[in-house]
Amino acid sequence: MKRRKGLTDTQFAYLLLLPAIFLFGLVILYPVARNVYLSFQEKSIATGMVERFVGLKHYVKILTTDLRFRQALGNTVYFTVVSVAIEFILGLSFALLLNLSFRGRNFARASVILPWALPTAVMAMAWRWIYHDVYGVANDVLLRLGILKEAVAWLGQHPLAMHAAIFSDAWKTTSFMALMFLAGLQSIPQDLYAAASIDGAGIWGRFRHITLPLLRPVMVLALLFRSLQAFAVFDLIWVLTQGGPGGTTETLSVYLYSYTFRYLNLGYGSALSMVIFGLTLVIIFVILLFRKEEVELG
Amino acid sequence: MRQKRLVSFLVALGVGIVVFFSLAPFLWQIITSVKPANEIFSRPVRYIPSHIDLSAYVKIFSRHPFARQIANSIVISCAGTFLCLAASSLASYALSRLRIRGGRGFLFFLLFLSLFPPVVLIVPLYEMVSAFGLMNNWLALIVPYAALNVPFATWVLTSFFRQIPEALEDAARVDGLSRLGILLRIILPLSAPALATTAILVFIFCWNEFLFALTFMTRATSRTVPVGIAMLSGASQYEIPWDQISAATVLTTLPLVVFVVLFQRRIVEGLTAGAVKG
Repeated sequence: MKRRKGLTDTQFAYLLLLPAIFLFGLVILYPVARNVYLSFQEKSIATGMVERFVGLKHYVKILTTDLRFRQALGNTVYFTVVSVAIEFILGLSFALLLNLSFRGRNFARASVILPWALPTAVMAMAWRWIYHDVYGVANDVLLRLGILKEAVAWLGQHPLAMHAAIFSDAWKTTSFMALMFLAGLQSIPQDLYAAASIDGAGIWGRFRHITLPLLRPVMVLALLFRSLQAFAVFDLIWVLTQGGPGGTTETLSVYLYSYTFRYLNLGYGSALSMVIFGLTLVIIFVILLFRKEEVELG
Repeated sequence: MRQKRLVSFLVALGVGIVVFFSLAPFLWQIITSVKPANEIFSRPVRYIPSHIDLSAYVKIFSRHPFARQIANSIVISCAGTFLCLAASSLASYALSRLRIRGGRGFLFFLLFLSLFPPVVLIVPLYEMVSAFGLMNNWLALIVPYAALNVPFATWVLTSFFRQIPEALEDAARVDGLSRLGILLRIILPLSAPALATTAILVFIFCWNEFLFALTFMTRATSRTVPVGIAMLSGASQYEIPWDQISAATVLTTLPLVVFVVLFQRRIVEGLTAGAVKG
């Protein structure tokens, strides 16, 4: 410990940052840089894993002739928009409900977190069983209620499979939205509501003029996190359908994974990674635009 | 009075629906796991088993390396969490207390990069893991898990460390403690609750991770629990052992259920600390 005395504050600080930077560089920064390099190379089983410079070939193919990419992009955008919209509305309703005081509130909150805390891949297996075309409980319940006339193959036909995946995703991650909103609701000062009541504002008025505007920063953040997670969806789709039937549930992550590892086409995989990276950047900027005239919370 | 009762009835109904929505798929797994084999495949579906049959729980251990997979998951998640917290707590101390140029920028950079999908790292990481001969090795998951959670953990810990009064450190310095001594003996013990909160969340992330585990663990005996369960499909599509999958699901999620119930407040606090306070 004595010899550390010789270091200045700044040197000591950099020493403390080193392990984190090392881990981060090894697992995140280096791979991103390597992707840039590899995306201009041909490297796959076909070339015996030898690297050969091919310039923009992969990018040109992705953007012009790769129809599977186009389908995956469409699927991903659809999945992201619909599932985030559902989760946003459900999450807000859950949060408003759980913010009330009632008996068993802690139990209710713990149950709501549960879907988020369980492994996605494991719960996706559970959903596969629920969606089973012959013995699945989803068909059984809907048949008994008279909503369905005959059993359907939830994961076996378009566009049902995509909607089944979206429903499972909503089940899994609504809790995340709900938690963020709950935290946001609790940071709103109660006297604002009291003051509004005295001024004669009803429940709806208080919601529109106090809750919504003050929740806005949290909403933008929740939207950002969830959109990016939904855009990157992998486990859920991989386990539920592997992208089927006929590629109608294949998202960009699943496409990148199955294409790359079927032929170990590392060059093409890297180019796809860079495209996904770029699209993610676009999403971040678009969502942060909503932040413009945001109210700062204390 | 009548209106008040109507409101509390509606609240109870709403809460009931929300709780049922959240727990139903999990309950269905529990029911499936204890059904006698012939009642799993029956039409119409049987909701209450005629008797409790635990043979699926025996089979999952006797026919698959499930015990081994649980051990893999425990070792990898614990080691990943520890490594992540060690690196992040040092970094957070540097970022929250020692003034360094660009510290705040560095934090934002970390958070920004953690927003990108992990799948974009998979090709170079696959190259590295095979080049180092680490396929099927615990290290191939421990290091990435630690690194992937460094941004989040550093972000949360930095915001917690800032709340510790600096006067405490000054007092310790007067008492002759070195800088490292202050960190180890004052800051870390004082932030035990924050470290616990972060550890719980990082552990959950490690325990649940699927993509890297699927890629780097190719042998059944090396797999972690989520991949093990997802790969339990039988010889053909028609032979998926749903009873064993359900039993495995119950066994792996039950500890997490206890975890969530015990640490519910910490999880909420940790998940929202960076986001709402920051």
